[in-house]
Amino acid sequence: MADPATPEPKGPSRLLHDRRWRAVIAQAAAFALVAALLACAGLNMARNLERAGIASGFGFLDQVAGFEISQTLIEYSRASTYARAFWVGLLNTLAVSAVCIAASTVLGFLLGLLRLSPNWLAARLAGVYVEVVRNVPLLLQILFWYIAVLNPLPPPRQALDLGGVAYLCNRGLVLPWPQWERGGLAVGLALAAGLALAWGFAAWARRRRVRTGRSLPVWRLGALLAALPPALAWALADARVEWSIPALSGFNFRGGGTVEPEFIALALALTLYTAGFIAENVRAGIQAVPRGQIEAAASLGLRPWRVMRLVVVPQAMRVIIPPLTSQHMTLVKNSSLAVVIGYPDLMSVFAGTTLNQTGQAVEIIAITMLVYLAVSIVISLIMNWYNDAMALKGR
Amino acid sequence: MKRFLVPLAAVLTLALACAASAGTLDDVKNKGFVSAGVSGKVPGFSAPDQDGVWRGLDVDFCRAVAAAVFGDPDKVKFVPVTTKERFTALQTGEIDVLSRNTTWSLERDAAQGIDFAGVLFYDGQGFMVSKKLGVKSARELDGASICIQIGTTTEMNVSDYFAAHGMTFKPVVFESADEATVIYDTGRADVYTTDASGLAARRTTMSNPDEHIILPEIISKEPLGPAVRQGDSQWSDIVRWTLFALINAEELGVTSANVDEMLKSENPAVKRLLGLDGNLGEQLGLTNQWAYNVVKLVGNYGEIYDRNVGPATPLKLERGLNALWTNGGLLYAPPVR
Amino acid sequence: MYVKHERHPELPPPPSELGALGWLRHNLFSSWGNALLTVASVALLCWTIPPVLRWAVLDATWLGDTRDACLDSAGACWVFIKVRLGMLAYGFYPQAERWRIDLFFLLLVAGGGPLVLGSLLPRRGPARTLATRGLAAAGAGLALVLHGLLPGLLAAAYLGLPSLLARLRAPAAPGAAAKLGLALLAGVAVHALAPQGVALAAGWTALTLTALVLLVPRADEQGWRLALLLTALPALGAVLFLGDGTWLPEVETDRWGGMFLSLVIALVGIATSLPVGILLALGRRSSLPVIRTLSICYIELIRGVPLISVLFMASVMLPLTLPDGMHVDKLLRALVGVSLFYAAYMAEVVRGGLQGIGRGQYEAAQSLGLSYPKAMILVIMPQALRLVIPGITNTFLGLMKDTTLVAVINLMDLLGVIKSALADSQWLGFTKEAYLFAALAFWVLCFGLSRFALHLERRLRYEKH
Repeated sequence: MADPATPEPKGPSRLLHDRRWRAVIAQAAAFALVAALLACAGLNMARNLERAGIASGFGFLDQVAGFEISQTLIEYSRASTYARAFWVGLLNTLAVSAVCIAASTVLGFLLGLLRLSPNWLAARLAGVYVEVVRNVPLLLQILFWYIAVLNPLPPPRQALDLGGVAYLCNRGLVLPWPQWERGGLAVGLALAAGLALAWGFAAWARRRRVRTGRSLPVWRLGALLAALPPALAWALADARVEWSIPALSGFNFRGGGTVEPEFIALALALTLYTAGFIAENVRAGIQAVPRGQIEAAASLGLRPWRVMRLVVVPQAMRVIIPPLTSQHMTLVKNSSLAVVIGYPDLMSVFAGTTLNQTGQAVEIIAITMLVYLAVSIVISLIMNWYNDAMALKGR
Repeated sequence: MKRFLVPLAAVLTLALACAASAGTLDDVKNKGFVSAGVSGKVPGFSAPDQDGVWRGLDVDFCRAVAAAVFGDPDKVKFVPVTTKERFTALQTGEIDVLSRNTTWSLERDAAQGIDFAGVLFYDGQGFMVSKKLGVKSARELDGASICIQIGTTTEMNVSDYFAAHGMTFKPVVFESADEATVIYDTGRADVYTTDASGLAARRTTMSNPDEHIILPEIISKEPLGPAVRQGDSQWSDIVRWTLFALINAEELGVTSANVDEMLKSENPAVKRLLGLDGNLGEQLGLTNQWAYNVVKLVGNYGEIYDRNVGPATPLKLERGLNALWTNGGLLYAPPVR
Repeated sequence: MYVKHERHPELPPPPSELGALGWLRHNLFSSWGNALLTVASVALLCWTIPPVLRWAVLDATWLGDTRDACLDSAGACWVFIKVRLGMLAYGFYPQAERWRIDLFFLLLVAGGGPLVLGSLLPRRGPARTLATRGLAAAGAGLALVLHGLLPGLLAAAYLGLPSLLARLRAPAAPGAAAKLGLALLAGVAVHALAPQGVALAAGWTALTLTALVLLVPRADEQGWRLALLLTALPALGAVLFLGDGTWLPEVETDRWGGMFLSLVIALVGIATSLPVGILLALGRRSSLPVIRTLSICYIELIRGVPLISVLFMASVMLPLTLPDGMHVDKLLRALVGVSLFYAAYMAEVVRGGLQGIGRGQYEAAQSLGLSYPKAMILVIMPQALRLVIPGITNTFLGLMKDTTLVAVINLMDLLGVIKSALADSQWLGFTKEAYLFAALAFWVLCFGLSRFALHLERRLRYEKH
């Protein structure tokens, strides 16, 4: 810039030609623009709301909701508050997301492996599946599955009898449901402790294998470790459980627990859709593992399954995890499409019914967006942690 | 310089955009049409026919408002709004009148920033069930699955009714009435509930209408009426008196067919209505022919009713509560004087 | 002792390794597990294909135009789709005006087709010129035959312009300021002359066109084709679809619908999300902390929430933030929502491409004395975007599929029209047919796009090496 031939500009225009000043001015302008935009929107909103006489704030959360929700994982009735309804919706979103994340990851891995299978027919079939599922809008798939699930199912009075304790009809899958008289909490906590124990054991066994080269029957011992604490807790706390068996009364089944058709359809559609994407990620990840690795492993005398598990998959995971994370985040966000088939998720219960009843559009949409944002961040944190654990360790 | 001019221009535009506007009537006259929010999905109330022309009771009321303001029933633009966005649309002036089978309730009148102009249709919430269930009364519905449209007063009414009678139910909630109907038709739910008029309308769209009955219980009062933005009394007067003009015209026997003959009538009430006496229209901010235009171009209340939902239509709704007070109904309009 | 001196003639491979049998052995029955998999696959095919085929084709009803035609058949009722085809394609767009939509898409295919062909055919040679010009000529001819004289002339003018512009010897290039002045003048003139709605589109086009001329001093025929496709065609589309109230009757956006509306949302979304995404990506990599922070906040916020909540916000909350008396068309609100949403995703894709460009490129551009915008446009972006074609395509595909979500806020896109058709009392119970039809329509579009992108990616990779 410092060309001696051109005279140094004078006056205020000099500021425009100074790189540092230009940066400051550009940033100030950008900031002012965004601030003005937000301020203008905020002012307008305040004025509009005031003129319309709409009270703002979060006081509405303590009011009585007054509507029913079909699937509630926690206690809820029409006398509960809107805040409670929010939790019910959030838990429903998390429930369907968790089921679908697990199922779609497993199915996606299977499909990804099938696409690379030496079996011509199976590979083609998996390919066709992936291309069909990925290129049709999810919303259509959800609607399609909802109709496809609902239509063939009989009404409750002609429900399909599954062994006299469970029934399948167009009101959903009705299952026997445990009702703990006592000890439920103790057994649940013990189960969690057992699972943690098994996890820790598996990690220790892996480290031991790396150190000494000797492996342990991780699966069998792990299962035993996971099962032991709950069994002990059961015996010690003298747990008693009543099974609530569904029975037909009136038009519907009474008792038991119901998996609603909306849940089934949504879970099916989300799982099948996301699995198609995950399959592609898995395929790309496995193809990224150099062939030499597989040949080397085979020449060590490892059986094909162990080659996969011990050599290929751990290396492929490094490539697979980042896109897998974003698939899982997308899945959680996609679960909001539940609103079209009336599954009571966060979007339907909170940004739907509650918004309509209270008219607090601004607060409710803000809360809803923040919640989805928070869930996305949590998922990406977990997966980042896992990714770090799997990453190539420099020695 | 360029990089400073652009943000500057943007800020200026924003500043200009923050300026305010005039009353609704002036706005409407300036833009040349009434913008009316309708549901767009309820046969008999508001739905486009196969050629895309809007038909229905709610729609014809909006045409009447346009006739009163412009003397032309077609100077109205119909905006389909969802239950979720209807009040926002009205509050923000996207629509000038909301005519979307909306129930008049205190909460909405007081806290949602809107004013109801009157009652266009007296309705009440009912239940429709399949005949196969053998149910004769709503009291027998304990434990039923019920199809509801999201965000409506019906959702609360059902909860209240079932709680009051010590019964339980399972809600199956949908974003639009279309979906609710289609799903009810598949047998997913035992009961479909909405306003009784809506039930009649929806029954016509079932795959086998005769298989469904509407239970006798009416569990709520649902006065459905047009609403306007709060705080513009001139505009809400115009909408309110358009409704009253429709009812008064029927009471006085003025129809779209005989309105020109009625101009010669000696009845002072007819003369005032049709703008031959005094300057009542001008007091509203319209012309004195406003009511003449409404009746001539759209018809009186009875004509609109019969054309859209009456016994001769697929909905087959008797006048019932919506008959004139002189015939035992609830329609009673203050006099035009 | 026997010593063989000449080579033994090569024996044919054993019959089990040859032909169909060998193929089967290798690909389907190479091991026990493999054989099991084959049997399972065949069983799956036998279980699914025949019933679907019987329902969709053999037992289906194709003829007739009332519901009665379908009453006594066990298969699909395609009559339902046939009768509703106009509605599914155009929504409530007035019958007499539908030619305007046809004309636009004709121009899109005939004007954009040569670009696609150009990337499929070898770079030089007569085939390419013949095919691209032939397509343009065919488009103009078709417009003339189908739509009459004036639309035909319009099509011919639009489609012929690229060859004309490429042939024109550029006059003594005016200075940048003069060009900008001319563009502004043109914009103001159009603004003053044309009716309100159209003026915006036309003025915008004039500005962008000039900006393009400023930045790309020379272009060949294909270059001009692309430039027109990106600037003149959208403006033309806006005029055709909305009408100007004098020559073309106005058609309000609430009458738009069907596949037409889905395509409009997809095209507008694609055309706006990429440039906004590029700006955001540059912002995110900027050395200016305020701009970087703002970009990161925006991108991460949008990427963390579902599109449906953004659409709800656009339909319920956005009107509240506007000043009194100012209204934004419902379709426009949805368009803004979709575009801004996908811009954040596009930004991340583009950022990936930018990270793939070595520092040397930046430094080389700087050392040539190029300003920041010029360095970006002429050196960095062409390389970065080429790197991320798969990512861009995937984002486009996502956008294309997500256009169905606008049905949730009551816009009459393909899915919205289908939902209203399903509620028609005369045609009930054909849900499966309707959804399958929509699925097929989207599948053809999305699959075609993804294959084309794959091809483009390969071609660019080969050209590089």
